[in-house]
Amino acid sequence: MRVNLNVNGEDVTADNVWPGESLLYVLRERLGLPGSKNACEQGECGSCTVYFDGVTACSCMIAAGQAEGREVRTVEGLAEGTGKGGDRTLGVVQEAFVEAGAVQCGFCTPGLLVQTDDLLERTVGAGLGAPGDAEIREALAGNLCRCTGYEKIIDAVHLAAGRRAEEAGSGS
Amino acid sequence: MEFLRPSTLVEALEARSAHPDGVPIMGGTDVMVELNFDKHRPSALIDLTRVPELTEWGWTATARVWAPVSPTPGSSSTCRAGRPRWPRPRGRWPPPDPQPGHGRRQPGRGLPAGEAHPPLLATDAEIELASVRGTRRVRARDFYLSFRTTALRPDELITAVLLPEAAGPQQFAKIGTRNAMVIAVTSFSLALDSERRAVGTGIGSAGPTPLRSEAAEEFLEGEFDWEDGRPLSEAVVRRFGELVASASRPIDDQRGTAEYRRHALSVMARRALSWSVTDYRKGSARCA
Repeated sequence: MRVNLNVNGEDVTADNVWPGESLLYVLRERLGLPGSKNACEQGECGSCTVYFDGVTACSCMIAAGQAEGREVRTVEGLAEGTGKGGDRTLGVVQEAFVEAGAVQCGFCTPGLLVQTDDLLERTVGAGLGAPGDAEIREALAGNLCRCTGYEKIIDAVHLAAGRRAEEAGSGS
Repeated sequence: MEFLRPSTLVEALEARSAHPDGVPIMGGTDVMVELNFDKHRPSALIDLTRVPELTEWGWTATARVWAPVSPTPGSSSTCRAGRPRWPRPRGRWPPPDPQPGHGRRQPGRGLPAGEAHPPLLATDAEIELASVRGTRRVRARDFYLSFRTTALRPDELITAVLLPEAAGPQQFAKIGTRNAMVIAVTSFSLALDSERRAVGTGIGSAGPTPLRSEAAEEFLEGEFDWEDGRPLSEAVVRRFGELVASASRPIDDQRGTAEYRRHALSVMARRALSWSVTDYRKGSARCA
């Protein structure tokens, strides 16, 4: 079967899709976007988190056909810049994770980046101020890190939130 | 395998009728695990996310709630009329939206760990089932038949869950290793109905199906001060917890032992009761 969807702002088509495969499989194996990670395949670890019509969801729990005509934004879409190859720069959340040392083996990182981006959209982005520790932990409760590197991840979210707030402040 | 995308309820019911071996998919939390791990190869997937009738909810004489949609968490007072409340867990309720990739509610499959079940049992909710043959309603209390078996027939879809108007405090508590994405080790729901002077209970993840404790309900109906909601004695609260725990039929599994689940249920039942009695007193003070 054929699935048409919009990924990171671009209309794309996936062909020869088996109806039982997941959106995660389509992204990784058919559309060449390996950023979303395939870990638990049962919606428990959050490594495959993407925006699905603007809401974060586990792409391993979405059937490929359910994505027909929908908008998907993956971790690749968080990088700022022109899009395909070349001169893309990391987004604020990605920079903060690198700087804070929040990346160990890196497998959980894409999901955490997308979920953090969503948290900051709902808080700083909505003019509600930076989230506190408890709110960050709650927002990221669906993302498992097997290196148990949570402390640095929380540091990274605080760092990114501060920068988003600064950007918002200087932009107004 | 076919992938069907009905865009109206009539189309969805026709697809369900034509493909009794097919599997409806909404949030995917159950269906996709089976597909990803190659445990089940249905003849068809019926995607319900594009059926407008199944993504809406609203208030009628009772609340009409399509199962995969989490209604807004309850916050209204116990005396406001016409607004049934959804018992809110202490902790986080899953995000209120019908998106695929979300949700642990799964009412159609009757999984004992599904988090919708205990509140549906406690509040005496009704489940509306539809097929090309017509529509019928089944009480949640009659819906769960045996492990993974419900009153849902092969050609039916759940079209609504109807919650009666709340007439008292309602509580839901769960024990889990984290709030997000992980099913409960065990869960408990309690509803006090001041008009009918009735107690409702619901037990999750501690038996082959979601369960009630009728003994605990009857015991509390007799002991509770329905006039003023005076605090209960420690002995009554403890007995209530024991009765709830003894109604469970848990097993040992990777999430916890049967013994732990029984203990946790007695603790949650005592806590839910204490919260409810406090709410009840506040409610009767406000409504007086």
